[in-house]
Amino acid sequence: MKTLLKNCKIVNHDKTIDGNILIDGETIADVNAPADTRADKVIDCEGKYAMPGLIDLHVHLRDPGLEYKEDIISGSKAAVAGGVTSICPMANTKPVNDNSTITKYMIDKGKELGICDIFPIGAMTKKMEGEELTEMGDMAGAGAIGFSDDGKPVCNAEVFRRAAEYASQFDSFVISHAEDKSLAGKGVINDSEVATITGLRGIPAESEEVMVARDILMSKLTGAHVHICHISTKGTLELVRWAKAQGLNVTCEVTPHHFTLNDRELLTYDTNYKMNPPLRTQEDVDAMIDGLVKGDIDCIVTDHAPHHIDEKNVEFDLAMFGITGLQTMLPLSLDLVKNGNISMNDLVRLTSYAPANLIKKGDRGEIAVGKLADIVIVDVDKEYTFDEELNTSKSTNSPFLGKTLKGAALYTIKNGNVVFEFTAK
Amino acid sequence: MSYKRKDLLGMIDLSKEEINYLLDTAQTFCEINERDVKKVPTLKGRTVINLFFEPSTRTRTSFEIAGKRLSADTVNFSASSSSTTKGETLIDTVQNMEAMSSDVFVVRHAYSGSVKFIAENTDVPVINAGDGLNEHPTQALLDLLTIRQNKGDIKGLEIAIVGDITHSRVARSDIWAMKKLGANVRLFGPPTMLPKHIAPFDCQICKTMEEAVEGADVVMMLRIQRERQGKLLLPSTREYARFFGLTNEKLNFAKKDAIVMHPGPINRGVELMTNIADCNRAVILPQVSNGVAVRMAALYLLGLSKKGGNNEDAS
Repeated sequence: MKTLLKNCKIVNHDKTIDGNILIDGETIADVNAPADTRADKVIDCEGKYAMPGLIDLHVHLRDPGLEYKEDIISGSKAAVAGGVTSICPMANTKPVNDNSTITKYMIDKGKELGICDIFPIGAMTKKMEGEELTEMGDMAGAGAIGFSDDGKPVCNAEVFRRAAEYASQFDSFVISHAEDKSLAGKGVINDSEVATITGLRGIPAESEEVMVARDILMSKLTGAHVHICHISTKGTLELVRWAKAQGLNVTCEVTPHHFTLNDRELLTYDTNYKMNPPLRTQEDVDAMIDGLVKGDIDCIVTDHAPHHIDEKNVEFDLAMFGITGLQTMLPLSLDLVKNGNISMNDLVRLTSYAPANLIKKGDRGEIAVGKLADIVIVDVDKEYTFDEELNTSKSTNSPFLGKTLKGAALYTIKNGNVVFEFTAK
Repeated sequence: MSYKRKDLLGMIDLSKEEINYLLDTAQTFCEINERDVKKVPTLKGRTVINLFFEPSTRTRTSFEIAGKRLSADTVNFSASSSSTTKGETLIDTVQNMEAMSSDVFVVRHAYSGSVKFIAENTDVPVINAGDGLNEHPTQALLDLLTIRQNKGDIKGLEIAIVGDITHSRVARSDIWAMKKLGANVRLFGPPTMLPKHIAPFDCQICKTMEEAVEGADVVMMLRIQRERQGKLLLPSTREYARFFGLTNEKLNFAKKDAIVMHPGPINRGVELMTNIADCNRAVILPQVSNGVAVRMAALYLLGLSKKGGNNEDAS
């Protein structure tokens, strides 16, 4: 089947061109097709942007085991509704994704629906207990693209060292959830003036930074690729900059909420602003944007963390950490473009091109002849209320629910098929 | 002037006028507590539920007495803060209590923000009887009432608060309220017990006990709550007493007519030496008496508000 996407502003990481995209089967056949090219299906994009489908390196799909929060089906639907066509679920499922059987289960369940590719991240250590290495070779063979105990830091430095070394054997990498739990203590929000005012216990920025420093040094020790998850503080960014200046094999990611919201939101004790790492100060938020502007942060990820309403509608201290993000990543990232921080090309690099390289999927991340036809048509001016009707995740734990957002995926195309169409007014 | 809010959650939100109105109302109730027959029919037929999700004897008793002196039916409900593990959520518990046609909830909870959370999920007026590290507004009111009775106007007074500031809801409520009424507040305690980001309190931070007490009109010693802390905040009560406790020698730095306060229960020989606790400058027992009057005022103002009662005048 052939599909023609007419009148697109085709955005890649390096340039933007006006053109008509011809899709033949699962791949892109032409990006400069004549407007009258014959096709089975023609979509007039009316000058809207065509971006490579977003690739989210950091999601929690809760499947297997915690399907009351989300599953691979609902998570895939939330992804494509946000223009995301490839997602990397973390290993903290029940049971933990620490073996190839579960890795394969995740991939296969994603394929059954077939609207979004699932590239699981395997656990670094068995049961994510931070003690014994997992069978990374076996899992990589089954399709795991990286290894992480995300949600739980690996406390023992030698375990982290050996995991990084061992993962490199399979051309893979480790992803560090950097947090010194002893320093974070019983903290539930950022340790800042807001903690002083609210009486909520604080998590110091240094609890993140001390582990970032350690894991950067583990990369130095081993030469292995270490990717730092969801960075949130100015100090962390400075450490990553130092590592990159030394030529170390270190990369990092940031979530939209950490470059959009600051910890003043917590003055209301709203549990939909409770996440880990916590929202930090405006100075940290500005640093995150600066890191994106200067290219020190490699990619934008959601840390999509669905939780049931009963796990959020409780005392602040007892509420689960985390918010959903798949459907808000695009509008929040587009805000950076609107504010003049980054270009559309930067946006594509941060949300698609760079993540594709990090997970070594050369078949995507660009709109070019021969690449997979994973394309999102974006209306950057579309204004809408992100409400429960639009929300396709099983969970509603987003501080952006009920808020007006600008910028949406009009069409999401996966392997040449339209898998999502924005229909709300 | 009147108190228009549904709830009494914390001092941070209240205006100076609201605080003074609460204090004036409380002062009128002090007289009732002096009578032989300590009972007025104000809240007859109203039900006050003391919802205590954290153990408390003193505050709960004070509220219970306050309710009874206003002729309310007071009922005590105690539950562990972790009762959610037994299957019932906090809001379910609260809505069950509401379904029994309650008129006021008095709530204590181990987690900061939880009383606000409850208030947002019920139509019943809620009085915060202490939420985690956050606020304990009736304690602040009884402190202010006691200071006012001894010193007149709060404005311009030098007040030292000494002890574990970080983990004290009493300190937070006192600081917010005292600053609003124009007092100069100084804080002192071991660095392990002072918030790292202390600027929002807008208080002078002292380095020694002498500096904290120097020229003070009021010295408020906080209770060292050993149960609330790990073992890392202080090495021993012995050393705490030496550097952070109030002795006669240190109290000499204060004004001659300075008063000594403590929210209770006292750790004698730790934060407060026995001879000071029992001297005539200590107003610790008047604080407790005023606690009943303050809680009567709060119950009166909130207990009548629900049914649209007139609370313009306390007499």
